[in-house]
Amino acid sequence: MIYFDNSATTQVEESVLETFVKVSQQLNGNPSSLHRLGDKADGLLQQSRRQIAEVMGTKDAEIYFTSSGTEGDNWAIKGTAIEKRRYGKHLITTSVEHPAVKQTMAQLASLGFDITYLPVDEQGVVSVEALTKAIRPDTILVSVMAVNNEVGSIQPIHEIGEILKKYPTIHFHVDAVQAVGKIPFDLGEHSRIDLATFSGHKFHALKGTGFMFIRHGRKIAPLLNGGGQERGYRSGTENVAGIAAMAKALRLLFDHKEEKVAKQRAIRDHILDTLAQYPKVKVFSSKTGAPHIVCFALSGIRGEVSVHAFENENIYISTTSACSSRSGASSSTLAAMNIPDKIATGAVRVSLTDTNTLEEADQFLKAFDQLYEQFKAI
Amino acid sequence: MLYNEVMIRYGELSTKGKNKKAFINRLAQNVKAALHDFEEIKVHADRDRMHLILNGADSDVVMERLTFIFGIQNFSPVMRLERDMEIVKKTAVEMVREQYSEGKTFKISTRRADHDFELDTNEMNQLLGGEVLKNIEGIKVQVKKPDINLRVEVRLNGIFLSCQTVQGAGGLPVGTSGKGMLMLSGGIDSPVAGYLAMKRGVEVEAVHFHSPPYTSPRALQKAKDLTAKIAAFSGTIQFIEVPFTEIQEEIKKSVPEGYLMTVTRRMMMRLTDKIREQRKGLAIFNGESLGQVASQTMHSMIAINDVTTTPVLRPVISMDKNEIIEIAKTIDTFELSIQPFEDCCTIFAPPSPKTKPDLDKAREYESRLDIEGLIERAMANLSVSKINVGQTLEEQQKEIYSDLL
Repeated sequence: MIYFDNSATTQVEESVLETFVKVSQQLNGNPSSLHRLGDKADGLLQQSRRQIAEVMGTKDAEIYFTSSGTEGDNWAIKGTAIEKRRYGKHLITTSVEHPAVKQTMAQLASLGFDITYLPVDEQGVVSVEALTKAIRPDTILVSVMAVNNEVGSIQPIHEIGEILKKYPTIHFHVDAVQAVGKIPFDLGEHSRIDLATFSGHKFHALKGTGFMFIRHGRKIAPLLNGGGQERGYRSGTENVAGIAAMAKALRLLFDHKEEKVAKQRAIRDHILDTLAQYPKVKVFSSKTGAPHIVCFALSGIRGEVSVHAFENENIYISTTSACSSRSGASSSTLAAMNIPDKIATGAVRVSLTDTNTLEEADQFLKAFDQLYEQFKAI
Repeated sequence: MLYNEVMIRYGELSTKGKNKKAFINRLAQNVKAALHDFEEIKVHADRDRMHLILNGADSDVVMERLTFIFGIQNFSPVMRLERDMEIVKKTAVEMVREQYSEGKTFKISTRRADHDFELDTNEMNQLLGGEVLKNIEGIKVQVKKPDINLRVEVRLNGIFLSCQTVQGAGGLPVGTSGKGMLMLSGGIDSPVAGYLAMKRGVEVEAVHFHSPPYTSPRALQKAKDLTAKIAAFSGTIQFIEVPFTEIQEEIKKSVPEGYLMTVTRRMMMRLTDKIREQRKGLAIFNGESLGQVASQTMHSMIAINDVTTTPVLRPVISMDKNEIIEIAKTIDTFELSIQPFEDCCTIFAPPSPKTKPDLDKAREYESRLDIEGLIERAMANLSVSKINVGQTLEEQQKEIYSDLL
């Protein structure tokens, strides 16, 4: 099997799963319990937090555990809207965000908030200038993803941060779900990022885990109220086993990170270069994008058809994003990039992880070549 | 830049007359203890200065640790070079460049111990000054109050360059004033009191009262974590855990509510004094600040201090809460201190303890207790452990959970 759908989800790393099982069996106390079992679970929880903070270059207290990237995005946006609604009702985002951002914005729009969706260029990159122009006195949040999940374009997060340094009251949220471990990402003291969303299952941890970075001194309202876990900001009994497993997966992700990224980039480049030789292929990703995503379309063939054709060869890829692939809608990122619907419906996405190999890429390209020949006549 | 020597200037030691030698030796000992994992470092303690020969040890790490050691007024990283002017010129430029930022001024101050050196003081100043001006764009000379003062010393065994003076912790070397018992509760004040005692040369031992199950394991751990924090200033601290449950229960049974606190404090003071005697301490330190709570009024002090003639020293007695918090933050104990675990001072605490307890009444109520028996049993079950700097719960957790994470 060749698994090339790592932006949808990744395979759980075996040692990560071991941690999950061990913690579930041996440290199954509720961290809020006062007795020894609670203490132990709490100790592991806090150590997991410290380890994640160390890897991410943040303070311990800036890491909050969540259940998913979707929760993080919802929390960052609605939490800001609730917290800062007295200061303004204007939010800025891009037209290529994940539905977790886009739909949350839409919900806020229905509640009377004003949303600006920034356009992107043909590479899927937002313009810093357009963002600067969109800022208003009542702007409370700028939310921009670091790496687009469909085509892999990298947004100018650092440059946007530099602009926002002139507007210290605006919250700056970055959906970093596709960026972590793939592109350099600074959350340290000099970074302007206030909020960042991460999802565990995108880096070989389990589903149902995630974390948020909330800069010290920044405030957002909680989404989940209750028992006061996560220092009152995110109630709900902590998923200690899942969190510990995620902390481990994140540490492993950053082990030899440069090598791993270089390897994925080499595979990505190989695929891009080869696909470029086929006249009926339209490639939407570029070498300036994230090192693990290739989005392309075979003209005249619907993406879904390609996915199943590859599946017959035991190769797993996806239409542009797993989240929208079942709804039958064509890619919203490609639409924002002004790709005609006719072409966009053919889009498929190959997404890599560090265990993928060049040999797999060759097999994939071989299968692609056969399909190309088969479909050419149609 | 990695330096090869550090020169340490003593604080008040210089004025200590006959004791000076003992003070310097103690400081050298403390410095060695703080750098124990760098076996290659040689420490030369002279009358006026101390010189650390690094022999390849990382000067940044060494300097970071020196900032915690009491008895050091300030110190300078030094580059010891061969008597080769080409090397001296190059290093001088590099050192100034490292300190330079736009608008800063500099000067060169040369001293010659070796008067036979080929260049005299003025020639050295001019040569090196010219070199710096030539190589660092925009820098200006300022003789009176330069931002960067590059000191050059020419000696027979080399030429020494330094241009940085780092403020030390001041105070007296820990241990030079003798040993004292610190009553450490887990609040904000007592770690600060311990820090201030150490600053004046006291070798502190922490005494902590523990009343399980009324006080939780977390409260005990918190006291230990605080001890590990202030151990930064002395390397290690002995932590003495006193079992206090029986005494608190007895007091609760026999003493009227208004005097619970006073009698409890008297028992704590007695036990601390016993421990001091046993461990050859000279004084008792606590974190009392006048008027802060009921036990810290002068009336209460009369009623509590009555049990001993040992000096009870209160380093934060005249400080406002905010001033104490300020120090707690700089020594990094504040965040730990405000964790909400109940300690011995708050369990059984009456809603309104007497702020002006009467000494005679306190004595009378207390006589209902089997004081000697209670003290004896507590003393028989002391638990003493050595706490090293950084040996906090965090560090322990890192170790315990390392195979899972």
